[in-house]
Amino acid sequence: MVSTRAVVAQQQQPVSSIAERMAAAGTGNAIELRGVSRFFGALAALTDITLSVRPGERRAVLGSNGAGKTTLLNCVTGDFPPTSGSVRFFGEDVTTLPPHERIRRGLRRTYQISLLFQRLTVRENVYLACRGVSRGRFSFIRTSARDSIMQSVSDLISLVHLESVADRLVGELAHGQQRQLEIALALAGAPRFILFDEPAAGLSPNERGDLVAILTALPAHIGYIIIEHDMDVALRVVESVTMMHNGRIFKEGAPHEIEADQEVQQLYLGGGNA
Amino acid sequence: MALLQTTDTSALGAQGLQGNGALSRWASQHAAILILGLLLVILPAAAGEFILVQVVGWSLILGMIALSLMFLAGYGGMVSLAQMTVAGVAGYMIAVFGTSSLPAISLFWPWWVAAPIAIAIAVAFGTLAGALSARTEGIYTIMITLALASAFFYLTLQNWPIFNGFNGFTTIPAPHFLGVNWKAPVPLYYMILFFAALSYAAVVYISRTPFGLALQGVRDNPRRMEAIGYNVTAHRIAAYAFAALIAAIGGILLVWQNNQISPFSVGVNVVINILIIAVIGGLSHPIGPFIGAIIYVILRTFALDSLVAVGLDGRRFQTLIGLGFLVIVLFSPDGVIGLWRRWSARALSSRSSNNR
Repeated sequence: MVSTRAVVAQQQQPVSSIAERMAAAGTGNAIELRGVSRFFGALAALTDITLSVRPGERRAVLGSNGAGKTTLLNCVTGDFPPTSGSVRFFGEDVTTLPPHERIRRGLRRTYQISLLFQRLTVRENVYLACRGVSRGRFSFIRTSARDSIMQSVSDLISLVHLESVADRLVGELAHGQQRQLEIALALAGAPRFILFDEPAAGLSPNERGDLVAILTALPAHIGYIIIEHDMDVALRVVESVTMMHNGRIFKEGAPHEIEADQEVQQLYLGGGNA
Repeated sequence: MALLQTTDTSALGAQGLQGNGALSRWASQHAAILILGLLLVILPAAAGEFILVQVVGWSLILGMIALSLMFLAGYGGMVSLAQMTVAGVAGYMIAVFGTSSLPAISLFWPWWVAAPIAIAIAVAFGTLAGALSARTEGIYTIMITLALASAFFYLTLQNWPIFNGFNGFTTIPAPHFLGVNWKAPVPLYYMILFFAALSYAAVVYISRTPFGLALQGVRDNPRRMEAIGYNVTAHRIAAYAFAALIAAIGGILLVWQNNQISPFSVGVNVVINILIIAVIGGLSHPIGPFIGAIIYVILRTFALDSLVAVGLDGRRFQTLIGLGFLVIVLFSPDGVIGLWRRWSARALSSRSSNNR
């Protein structure tokens, strides 16, 4: 197996000018949310969220369905910008930036329901992710097979064990393989912080093992937030936990504190997930 | 057809992006395109002026305009009905800036000034159409571009100072340069063939470049494209600009081939015909629009006589085209290309089962 550390380390040099600038300037918390709320019509999906995650920190966001976990990620990436409040990424206010600008600054995410390019091959999917955070997105010149970007693409594909289907159309892949590809797309380029939205959903026990190995082997400077219902996965790969309920944060702490907490047990662990 | 050859071999240069299955598919298509190209090059030896200019030449031009739609729809997922209008803008502008029978309007600038200006204006128009519709999807893109197309039709019909209203322009000859009179049938045919092959090759090549692949990513999942670092709107507008370039060249050739342009060259029915041509041929490969165009032109040219020959009203040729459209779309959502792929897949599987 190709090591995650090696693959991601090789891609560390920031490849776009914005990434270079950010690497030079990057200070402060990786993610800093202040008073973030998000309404869908009259429905408050998020209410007054204030949250800081340090660079390199690994954090789980837990909560029942409808607690606002995915909406939180959408506010951070800009898929759905917050109705009020501010979002900072490594000290820079990104509240009004479109998603692609945040991605170019080193933010990455995976989706709960795979959002892939169904009519392109696995290799083309990963290639697009690598190209998206480098120069030449509009290039009218074909990429040669000897280009260094193609090596990064192959490395990412082997990292998630998709070599055997690298040239198959994504629409033909099994569900678990599509989930693996989701993760490969989020590791492309030089990530500085990654948002994982239920990465283990639909994976076999074996694949879950691989996922835990990939997450724990990420270079120390790459932090992440992970939303995960599988406690075996979630609590093994993080150092801190944020509990959400009805669009609000109601508890933060280390994994063992959260597990021991009475209120948490009642609200969440005592529910369907026990 | 050296152009087509180089394209198809250079496609293999991006081996990193293609599997073995894709390679063998390319190889088999390579042979078909090569034979087709050769036939088109030697056609003037066998065919008369009518077949050269009015049938094959016209098909290649309509194919180019439909190709610009195929590029947007097949790779970008954007169905723009304004591509014929882009061609029409270029066609009108070459008449306004260049030579026509109307000295009151035409500026009579030499072709090497008039043609670039006409193309630039048409590309600007096409890009603007893209900017207006790039934030919309599906039926809304169709509605906006159709509105632009109808607006341009009525503008040409009602504006006399520039577009000469109902009458339009006549006597707009292809130029005389490099010692060749490009108005003559055989040179005109070769000029059309050159630009059609060039646009075809360009689209085939670009489909595997970062720009082309990203466009296909936008088609499959615009939201994810944003989430891996692409400015989706900018990508869409750039695609409109490139498609407009092809349509604009097609528009100028159309005027030179037809020797006239009027509001009815850019009417809504013509706009719809471009869509029909692209869909009949198939939107999944750049050869599709050219196949669709030749089918359309043959029906258009010969349906009238053949209907009369079997004792029916010749004016019903539109019905025949409509029926053909219906049958092809009904049996193959991907047009003639879809039929061809299904047929060759079946031939391949029966051959391999015979071998066993």
